[in-house]
Amino acid sequence: MNINATILGQIIAFSIFVWFCMKFVWPPVITAMRERQDKIASGLQNADQANRDLELAKEKAAETLREAKQQAAALIEQANKRANQLVDEAKDQARAEGERLKAAAQSEIDQELNRAKETLRTQVAALSIAGAEKILSASVDQAAHSKMLEQLAAEL
Amino acid sequence: MAGESSSEIIKHHLTNLTYGQKVDGSWGFAENSVEASQMGFWAFNVDSLSWSFGLGALFLFLFWRAGKRATTGIPGGFQNFVEVIVGFVDTQVKDGFHGRSNLIAPLALTVFCWVFLMNLMDLVPIDFVPKLFALMGVHYMKIVPSTDPNITLGMSLSVFFLVIFCSIKVKGIGGFIGELTLHPFNSDNIFVKLILIPVNLVLETINLLAKPVSLGLRLFGNMYAGEMIFILISLLPWFVQWTLSVPWAIFHILVITLQAFVFMVLTIVYMSMAHEDH
Repeated sequence: MNINATILGQIIAFSIFVWFCMKFVWPPVITAMRERQDKIASGLQNADQANRDLELAKEKAAETLREAKQQAAALIEQANKRANQLVDEAKDQARAEGERLKAAAQSEIDQELNRAKETLRTQVAALSIAGAEKILSASVDQAAHSKMLEQLAAEL
Repeated sequence: MAGESSSEIIKHHLTNLTYGQKVDGSWGFAENSVEASQMGFWAFNVDSLSWSFGLGALFLFLFWRAGKRATTGIPGGFQNFVEVIVGFVDTQVKDGFHGRSNLIAPLALTVFCWVFLMNLMDLVPIDFVPKLFALMGVHYMKIVPSTDPNITLGMSLSVFFLVIFCSIKVKGIGGFIGELTLHPFNSDNIFVKLILIPVNLVLETINLLAKPVSLGLRLFGNMYAGEMIFILISLLPWFVQWTLSVPWAIFHILVITLQAFVFMVLTIVYMSMAHEDH
């Protein structure tokens, strides 16, 4: 337990060890620790950001879905309306066509009737003339006369 | 060691392996404690120095290797361990020292780990290593460097020199002398001031010198006492030794850690005081 030069040896060793620690031990360890700290901090920050982005994306997706549904509903409604319109139009057209056909048929019938009447009229005229000729040619014979008239009547 | 008296065994355990100049003028290892004390100042406690160097080098080697392999990714087992200690020391330094210095943190780390390892040697069974060395013909072997006042005072004086160096660097020579002479008593009257200067000088010098002495002797005293109790326990019959040595060793784990911690914290505090400008 004497105080001797050991104390100097220890002072020298202490100086060297502290210097070595300051140069080669402390910096790499503390640098690695700080860098990892930064890495973890930025990682956590990124995770938060990603979470926020995810929330936004979800909201956007829901929004888009809602819009799409609305659009689809609008489209279906429009299509239904159009279909009804088409059916109505087709009905109208068919009705108009029917009317038209009916009118054409009617007019044809009328024409035929007129023509038949005309023909009949001409024929009646001719017959009347023929009857008159015949009456005129045989006016002496009453019997023959009446007989002719009967014939004429039968011909009508 | 059979046949020796208890006091001889104790004395034997407390004697360093000292190398120096003997009374007859030749250089060599001291044969006993009387011869060691006759060697005067220019003698070396080879055992203390060797264990101290060895443990310091071991600490530096392990931490240096961990630092070289340090990754910013997922740390491995030993890197974790090193980072826990470095982080702990870093926190202590940040709490106690508010200036900017690249020296304080490594200094605190070295002090903490080195003192801890030196204290840890106290837990090695008391006769184990000395017996091994006795077989090799070395008769004195104190394996706990911190039970040698030379070692603890060597460290505290190193801290003391650093404190003075930093004080002068930060405050300048004038500031340092002013701190020694103008506190704690001061006056606006120039004559009273001149009278107070010697008083202040005496007080502040004692204050300044008390730091390294208390720092070194606190560690030495605690470790020496612990060692002494281990030696006393080892004098008991072998079948009762464990009933005392085990509790004391467990308690001593606390003491060695605490003393290393105290040494580190006081180093930080003294360095912090050196950097503070009044």
